[in-house]
Amino acid sequence: MSSETKQILTTDGIPLEVSLKKAERKNKIKAFLLVAPLLLFLIITYVFPIGDMLFRSVDDKMVTQMLPKTFKAMETWDGQELPDEEVFAAFHEDFIKLVEDKREGKLSTQLNYTKNGFKSIIKKLRRKSKSFEEGNYKEQIMSVHKRWANVEYWRAIKRRAPEFTSQKYLKGMDMYVNEEGKIVSVEEDRRIHRVLWLRTLEIAFFVTVFCFLMAYPIAHLLATLPMKYSNLLMICVLLPFWTSLLVRTASWMILLQQQGIVNDFFVGIGLVADDNRPEMMYNKTGSYVAMTQILLPFMVLPLYSVMKTISPSLMRAGKSLGGTPFVAFWKVYFPLTIPGIGAGCLLVFILAIGYYITPALVGGASGTLISNQIAFHMKSTLDWSFASAMGLMLLSGVLVIYWLYNKLVGIDNIKLG
Amino acid sequence: MALPKYTEPHYRIWHYIYLTICGAVFFFLIAPLFVIFPLSFNAEEFLSFSDGMKRLDPDAFSLRWYKDMIYGTKNPWGLAAKNSFIIAIFATIGSVILGTVAALGLSSRHMPYKGLIMAVLISPMIVPLIISGVAIFFFMAKAGLAATHTGIVLAHIILGTPFVVITVTATLSGFDHSVTRAAASLGSDPVNTFMKITLPLILPGVISGGLFAFVTSFDEVVVVLFLAGLENTTIPIQMWTGLREQLSPTILAVATCLIILSTLILVTAELLRRRSERLRGINR
Repeated sequence: MSSETKQILTTDGIPLEVSLKKAERKNKIKAFLLVAPLLLFLIITYVFPIGDMLFRSVDDKMVTQMLPKTFKAMETWDGQELPDEEVFAAFHEDFIKLVEDKREGKLSTQLNYTKNGFKSIIKKLRRKSKSFEEGNYKEQIMSVHKRWANVEYWRAIKRRAPEFTSQKYLKGMDMYVNEEGKIVSVEEDRRIHRVLWLRTLEIAFFVTVFCFLMAYPIAHLLATLPMKYSNLLMICVLLPFWTSLLVRTASWMILLQQQGIVNDFFVGIGLVADDNRPEMMYNKTGSYVAMTQILLPFMVLPLYSVMKTISPSLMRAGKSLGGTPFVAFWKVYFPLTIPGIGAGCLLVFILAIGYYITPALVGGASGTLISNQIAFHMKSTLDWSFASAMGLMLLSGVLVIYWLYNKLVGIDNIKLG
Repeated sequence: MALPKYTEPHYRIWHYIYLTICGAVFFFLIAPLFVIFPLSFNAEEFLSFSDGMKRLDPDAFSLRWYKDMIYGTKNPWGLAAKNSFIIAIFATIGSVILGTVAALGLSSRHMPYKGLIMAVLISPMIVPLIISGVAIFFFMAKAGLAATHTGIVLAHIILGTPFVVITVTATLSGFDHSVTRAAASLGSDPVNTFMKITLPLILPGVISGGLFAFVTSFDEVVVVLFLAGLENTTIPIQMWTGLREQLSPTILAVATCLIILSTLILVTAELLRRRSERLRGINR
């Protein structure tokens, strides 16, 4: 029997398999076309700009473009001893051009990032370079300041030759490339970023733990109470969830201030003396308390939706088989709620790690997180490439958790309200 | 939750401890919101309860800060409220249209690379707002849309669509596709089928997604802080500035209004959720 007789044909004489595939492909294209507008919109306005951040964070073309001839001349320089006349002449040529464009200030700022001490010697060079004679630039530049005769400063310039740099990422971890080209940490008392990263992790971790400890009992209560009571109590969870973040932060500012209600209460029950009211705001305590309350609904809702599906007869069965209520809970109920715990904890942790508004308002100096540092560099120092680098470091952490979440819970299983 | 009569005493005690803990947590969740309400009627310029208020003296209460919010000469709340509503409404419309259409595609069983695409579409909800803010700011600055309403609306569409995608796909997961096939077999074209059959059935999901998008936009401050100029100030921006500089009772008046608004939204969302569950035949 030939294979042709086996094939099933449609009425048009086309093999059924081919016809089905065609229809299938049509459906695929149709489905994809529906998603396409949003996907395209997000790719253009969101995904690409995040890629742009990546580019900005490693982009170091500025110095490369300011000193093109110098870097060309430096290619053959081994960096052991002072470069020869050719490099000095090229540097002089580039420098004169920068002075004409009034950009030598930018150069000094940039070079100063690599090595301290460039600012003053570039200023000096600008003044003196006006009276330079042609030829023998090495002598003339070296006579401007003794640092120009120091090979380390020339090495520092050479380090800025590549168009791309990992410097901003190193800075985000309080590290830098030293004179020998090795990656080293900055002095202990200047490691501000490591402190911030650790604090961000610490606060996110403990906020997650607090949320879990508080959410578990109330989610259980909501899931086991009869509908008419649980609906009423659910409002206590949902109302804060729907209320503006700023409103909730404002209420904590009122509660936690020194003359605030919480302090009044502590004084009233004699816990603290009236003239010795503790600072509960503008420090870590403020961040902890406010963030826990604000993120609590995000823990309660996933826990609740999992607990709702657990049949109460399971606990009864556990007890009837001889377990005490505690054993029944620990061996039967608790393991069944683990998916909800995973979902809630990951969600709260992801949200907490990127928190900005609440720590900025109630956190003070000791309660701010990495997000606040990113905003500070975006707005105040205008070091956008550093802000981008820190943002992407934070993002990579979040994406790992997001991936984990997807593996454990599934993105399609995110439930709202 | 009554305990059975045969419960042993120490479990009984445990049960009451458990209820007390639950009560304390509920109090922790909800009480802070209720602090704002009475203080916004404070006749004085303090942010704590005055002695008069503790005695419930009527003179200690006033509508002073509400008047200040509406008629105050230097107060930007009018402009901010107008901007907030305009931006939120357009952002909601945009999010709902883009999100619903995408959710229809995603719910099709023919959709290729579903997981990956879903992950991209949801990402604005997962990525920390500060990073979204930086990225969107770079884009809007390049596109010349920084400090424009259009730019902020687009930014809020980005942030709002994940909620619409999630709620609508959730609604569609319980959707019986045979009804659309029935419509098609009776000669209805796809657009007509969508408008007459699919949309009315998934409407609760669409509206609740829209509510999420609305609240997200109305409450959004991080991205707006990067994008807004003086002209585009919104309620969250004004609150942020106010809270940073000086906590004034006027802010509490605004906050009270916002709490009332969120209560209304909550009630609507809850009613819709129940209706949607009824329509999808989920009995509880």
